[in-house]
Amino acid sequence: MSEAESTRELTMSRAMVSAIAHEMRENDEVFYMGEDVADYGGIFDSTQGLREEFGYDRVMDVPISETAYLGAAVGAAQVGMRPIAELMFVDFFGVAMDQIYNQMAKNTYMSGGTVSVPMVLTAAVGGTYNDAAQHSQTLYGTFAHIPGLKVVVPSTAYEAKGLMHNAIRDDDPVLYMFHKRLMGIGWMPAPEGPKTPVPETDYTIPFGKADVKREGDDVTVVTLGLHVHRALEAAETLDSDGVSAEVIDLRSLVPLDTDTIVESVEKTGNLVVVDEDYRSFGVTGEVVASVADEALGALERVERVAVPDVPIPYSRPLENEIIPSTEDIVSAIERAQ
Amino acid sequence: MFEDMVTARHYEERLQEEYLEGKQPAFDISAGPIPGELHLAAGHEAAAAGVCQHLTDDDVVTATHRPHHIAIAKGVDLKRMTAEIFGRETGLGKGKGGHMHLFDPEVNFACSGIIAEGCPPAVGAGLAAKKRNEDSVAVSYLGEGAIDQGAFLESLNFAALFDLPVVFVIEDNDWAISMPKERVTDVENGAKRADGFEMPGVRVDCDDAIEVYEVAGEAIGRARDRNGPTLIEVQVHRRMGHFMGDPESYRPEKDQEAAAERDSISRLEADLREAGVTGERIEEIRTTAHDRVEEAIAWAKEQPQPDPDSAHEDVFVNPPSGVTDSEPDVGTAGGDD
Ligand SMILES: Cc1ncc(C[n+]2csc(CCOP(=O)(O)OP(=O)(O)O)c2C)c(N)n1
Repeated sequence: MSEAESTRELTMSRAMVSAIAHEMRENDEVFYMGEDVADYGGIFDSTQGLREEFGYDRVMDVPISETAYLGAAVGAAQVGMRPIAELMFVDFFGVAMDQIYNQMAKNTYMSGGTVSVPMVLTAAVGGTYNDAAQHSQTLYGTFAHIPGLKVVVPSTAYEAKGLMHNAIRDDDPVLYMFHKRLMGIGWMPAPEGPKTPVPETDYTIPFGKADVKREGDDVTVVTLGLHVHRALEAAETLDSDGVSAEVIDLRSLVPLDTDTIVESVEKTGNLVVVDEDYRSFGVTGEVVASVADEALGALERVERVAVPDVPIPYSRPLENEIIPSTEDIVSAIERAQ
Repeated sequence: MFEDMVTARHYEERLQEEYLEGKQPAFDISAGPIPGELHLAAGHEAAAAGVCQHLTDDDVVTATHRPHHIAIAKGVDLKRMTAEIFGRETGLGKGKGGHMHLFDPEVNFACSGIIAEGCPPAVGAGLAAKKRNEDSVAVSYLGEGAIDQGAFLESLNFAALFDLPVVFVIEDNDWAISMPKERVTDVENGAKRADGFEMPGVRVDCDDAIEVYEVAGEAIGRARDRNGPTLIEVQVHRRMGHFMGDPESYRPEKDQEAAAERDSISRLEADLREAGVTGERIEEIRTTAHDRVEEAIAWAKEQPQPDPDSAHEDVFVNPPSGVTDSEPDVGTAGGDD
């Protein structure tokens, strides 16, 4: 097969769906449930076309009862099925928190490893479209904080497919957090970056393997999701000023690939961590602490760019103020080198 | 009642126009003068007006993600509410909350974008009234899609158990985004949910404001007289998409047409005329309502955008000592210069 035949350019949502469809064809135990996933095709296009191919039994619209359906996914997984349950906005997790952080996350451990929960919880994250504090959170840290949950975050179509194949095949619960702004939805234009060539065939991207999206010598920028694209843009901007920034896309938070980060910081000496989640007790602190643990001597400067511990505001000037922008990343890189 | 209903309808029509400005021809949620999502309530007016007509400013109302008609019927400051929807500094929440999160403590109105999560706070307001020996009541609104949610069912039990002055009002518009009622519940009459809690449950089968008024009067009277809670379901209609920009491809055309034909406002108008209200008087009410809406929208559009720095304020009403805002110190960490 020629290169052109085996890959095509897809939006991130199409790439996700192609992995899900592939796994559903291969394995009858895989099914998808969530609100508005059948006829609507997912509010963020995460299930477009699946109901047409697999029918209502395997692409299930469920009542607005997150405790019931996320818990049902846990139960079905524990008896060996491979459910994918979609939480439309990650912000809604609170109504079903027990099923997520006590049942889904802890049953394996409490059973001494005799029970497994091979399910995927997908959820849309992120702001940048003014939907205010209950519909714009990122909450990576909340889930990565809880032992027992694997947490993955695609930044492009290529990552979206490979991580999804892996997530469905994994025997542990995986939280698959996709940023709305990257999906390529008609009503919410995506930046250029996330639409990438994607192989037709199945392939996996291992968890815990960060990707160096851009090489550089002066500063290491560590980020994930939407902010990979903003960091790349910031790095391009500074390139003309002679600043060479390396951009690392974490791709998964649990497990966290500290090796790749440490290796980069040992080269550059300077670290900038960018995250769309709240600043305190979150991803930025964790990455800095991990590097400090392993390579304190190599660290010269550290900058954190994150949401400054305020709920996401509605009005545009306010949201722009608190969600890290490309300019915020540019200034952080300038300060750090 | 009629005035509240025509005000709400005209308000929704005008918001729709304003919202679409700049978002056409290709719909982009982050363009135009009104930020974020917009859920309009045309077709729901009778459920708001018929109930809130019995309430005073001391009574508490918790509304949903589709709150404008209820806010208008409860007497929320229309100008400041509109300024909030436009994300302006003088809005009810200084531009931080937006259309799904309107708070007007002057008239004890609040809402939440999380399904059924307004129920427990309404129960709390009822509990406070009982403890303080006051005769105020609390009304909590929810959609028919929300009646499968734990928070609602737990609230029914709690309110019934302690005989609290709470009235739950289900607005049954047949749809929860793309999910028709019959596909998410086996209970055709949502008011029957009350049966399991030894609580009166009444369904108003059509959006007849007068009938709603009568049923609600009885329920609110019962609550004020310390005879406990009631559950009411009102059949309303969703004349538009779930949110602005919803292509509604899941919805049979005849359903859309039927919803658009049902009109609680013309029904009430006919009843008023029959009862001897002159056409002149009806026109006068309409004109007053229109003028009020136009004035509110014009006022809101003239209001200033919030100062970006204000994004950091109001996380606490009593900020911890030494902390007045959340802006992180942008100094560099590490290094010795
Ligand atoms: C806990 C929670 N789950 C899901 C959603 C997403 N959501 C918003 S509105 C809606 C449908 C609500 O339907 P219904 O209660 O019937 O009210 P309607 O929109 O028809 O007025 C859903 C699923 C949410 N906001 N909160």
